[in-house]
Amino acid sequence: MSQQTLNWSAIEADPRFQELHAKKSFFLWGLMAFSVVYYFALPLGAAYMTDVFKIKVWGPINVGILFALSEFIVAWGIAFIYSRRAAQFDAMAEEINRDAAKIGA
Amino acid sequence: MKISRWAIAALALAAPAVAFAQTAVNPKYTYLTFAVFAAIIGVTMYITYLAAKRTKTAADFYAAGGGISGLQNGWAIAGDYLSAASFLGIAGLISLYGYDGFMYSVGWLVAYITVLLVIAEPCRNIGKYTMADILAFRNDPKTVRTFMAISTITVSTFYLTAQMVGGGVLVKTLIGIDYEISVMTVGVLMLAYVVFGGMVATTYVQIIKAVLLVIASLLMVALVWSQYGFSLPGFLDAAVADPNVQGRVAAMLGDASKNMTATELGQRFLEPGLLFKNPIDQVSLGMALVLGTAGLPHILMRFFTVPTAQAARKSVIWAMAIIGGFYVLTLFLGLGAAMKVGPSNITAIDKGGNMAAPLLAQFLGGGADSMLGNLMLAFVAAVAFATIVAVVAGLVLAAASAMSHDLWVGVIKGDKATSDEEVRAARICSVLVGILAIIIGILAQGQNVAHLVALAFAVAASANLPVILLTLYWKKCNTAGVVAGLVVGTVTAIGLVMVSPNMTYPKAIKAAAQKIIDAAPARIAKLEGDLAAATEPAAKEKFAKAIAGAKKDVAGSQATLKKYEGQTTSLVGLEKPLFELRNPGLISIPAGFLAVILFSLLTTDRRALSTWDELYVRSNTGLGRAATAKH
Repeated sequence: MSQQTLNWSAIEADPRFQELHAKKSFFLWGLMAFSVVYYFALPLGAAYMTDVFKIKVWGPINVGILFALSEFIVAWGIAFIYSRRAAQFDAMAEEINRDAAKIGA
Repeated sequence: MKISRWAIAALALAAPAVAFAQTAVNPKYTYLTFAVFAAIIGVTMYITYLAAKRTKTAADFYAAGGGISGLQNGWAIAGDYLSAASFLGIAGLISLYGYDGFMYSVGWLVAYITVLLVIAEPCRNIGKYTMADILAFRNDPKTVRTFMAISTITVSTFYLTAQMVGGGVLVKTLIGIDYEISVMTVGVLMLAYVVFGGMVATTYVQIIKAVLLVIASLLMVALVWSQYGFSLPGFLDAAVADPNVQGRVAAMLGDASKNMTATELGQRFLEPGLLFKNPIDQVSLGMALVLGTAGLPHILMRFFTVPTAQAARKSVIWAMAIIGGFYVLTLFLGLGAAMKVGPSNITAIDKGGNMAAPLLAQFLGGGADSMLGNLMLAFVAAVAFATIVAVVAGLVLAAASAMSHDLWVGVIKGDKATSDEEVRAARICSVLVGILAIIIGILAQGQNVAHLVALAFAVAASANLPVILLTLYWKKCNTAGVVAGLVVGTVTAIGLVMVSPNMTYPKAIKAAAQKIIDAAPARIAKLEGDLAAATEPAAKEKFAKAIAGAKKDVAGSQATLKKYEGQTTSLVGLEKPLFELRNPGLISIPAGFLAVILFSLLTTDRRALSTWDELYVRSNTGLGRAATAKH
C-alpha cells in the first residue's frame, strides 16, 4: 500500500469515513466537555459551596473528600468507557483502511 | 522499634531544630544513601550501555524506533510526568494544608483526559519525532518548524530550570552534598543517558523510576495505613484527633480558631480553604494544567515511540491508572506525615513541605537514629533523585530534538540529512542543552523557580496546544494562524507572569518585614509578662518558646531588609503586581486560540486547505503511518 496512490478526498467523502467522523466527534467532544465541567466543579464548589463540602457523610469523611475522590473515579471511568468505545472506532477504521486503495481509484 | 519511635517523638518535641538539623539523613548513615544511589545509577548505566548498542538511526534516537509497547510507554509517561514537584511537593502540600493539597493533585490527573481523547492518537498518526512534524504536515514547514522549535525549547527550558534548581536543593537537603555538585551530578548522569542511549535509555530510566516510585509509595502507605486497620474513616479520624494536625490548623487560622474545639480544628484540616484563597486563580491554574499537559513537548514525544494509535491509547490509559493511583496514595503519605512527623518538623527542614514524604519514610523505618529508618529515607531519597534525572532526561531530549530535527535538519539543511548525520546532530544538541541546563541550574541557585513550572504549563496551554489542536481539527487553520498563535500565546503567558504576584516585589516584602520588626518589642514584652505570670511548667515552656520564636522572626525580618536593601521594584520595574492571578491561563489560553483563528481567517493558504483531507483521514485511520515511520 503506497500512500501516493491513495485518493484522500475520496476517502474523506466516503460515507463510511463520514460515519466514523460523525460518531467519533460527537463521542469525543461530548466526553471532553463533560470531563471539563466535572473537573472545574471541584475548585468552584470548594470556593462557593464550602458549607456543602463540609457536610460530614461517614465519620470524618465529608462531601468535599468524596467529591475529590470521585474525580479520580470519573477520570478512570472516562478512560474505561473510551477504551471500550474506541474498539468500535478501530473496527470502522480498519474497514476503511482495507478498501482504501479502491476508494476513488 | 516501638521504643525507638517514642525516642524520636520525645526528641522531636524537645528540640525539633536539633533533631532535624540541615539534612534529613543522619550523618552516621550517609553511606546507606550512597549505596542505594550507587545501585540505581549502576543499573541505569548498564541499561544505557545496552540501549546505546540499539541506537543507530534517527528513529532509534528520537523515538526508540517506535518499538515501545503500550504498557511500557504508560509507565514511561508516568515516569516522565511525576516530577519531584508532584512526588514530594503534593505530599508536602497535603501535610501542611490538608484538603486543598489533595484537591490540587486532581488537575494533574484530569489533564490526561485531554491527552487521551483528542491528542495522543492523532499525534501518533501524524507526527514522526517532534511536535513541529505535526504542524509541518499542513503548513509551511520551515516557518512552523522555526517557531515551534523555539516554543519547544522555551517550554522545556522553563521546566528544566525548575527541575535543576529543585533537584539541586533536594539532593543537598537530603544528603548534604554541595548544591553545585548535586546539579552537576544530575546533569552529567542525564547527559549520559540521553547522549548514548537516546530515547531507548530515557524510556527505561523513566520506567525504572516510575516503578520505584510506586513501590516506595505503596510500602509507605501500607506501613502508615496498617496502623488503622486499612480503614479510611479510621485513618481520617486519627488525623482529626491528632495534636500535630490540630496545632497546625490553629496556627494557620490564628484568632479565628479561638472558639473552636480540638476536634473542630482537626476536622478543618479536611475542609477546603486553608491554602487556596482565590477561586479564579484556581480555575486559571486548572485550565493551564488540563490544556497544558497535552501541549508539553516531552510528553507528546512519548507517543512517537509506540507502533500504533491503539498502543498510544493504551499507554495513556496505563499512565492514567498509575498517575491517578499515585495521587490517591499521596493523600495517605501527606496526612501520615502530618500526624507522624508533624508540620512544624517538616517546615523546619523545608518551608514548602517537600521533605514530608522522606521524613515519613524515616519515621516509619524506626526514626532518625535507626538504621532501617535511614535505609528507608535513603531509598526515598534515591527515588527522588531518579525522578529528577528521569524528568530532566525527557526534557533535554525534547529540546534537543527540536534543535536538531526541526532547526538543523528541517530548516537549515532543508530536510536533506542522512540518518547518521541527524543522529550526530541530535547528540551534539543534547550535549549543548545539557550543558546549558547545568549552567542555568548553578546560576539560578537560591532563586524562586516554583513559578517556572506554572509558566511552562501556561505557555504549553496557550501556544502549543491551540496550534496542535486546530491544525488537527480545523480545516481553515494555516501557517499564519499557527505563527500568530505561538507568538501571542507565548508572549501573553510570559508577559502576564512577569507582572503577576509570582515575581518578587521588594517594596512589599520590606514593608512586611518592617511591620514585624516594629511590632516585635510590644509582642515580646507581652509574652515576657505572660511568662512571668505563668505557673505551670507547660505554660512556661509555651511562652518561652513563643518569645524565642518572636526573636527569630525579628532576626529573619532584619535579614530580609538587608537582602533587599536599595531595591524597590521587581525584575520588570514594578512596585506591585499589575495582574492579580498567579497563573495567566485564564487570559493567555483564549488569547492563543483567538490568534490562531483570527490570522487563519484573515489569510488563505492553499497548501493548508489541500492537505486537510489527507491529514484528517490519516489522523482518524492511521493510514500511511507505516510508510512515514520508516524513512
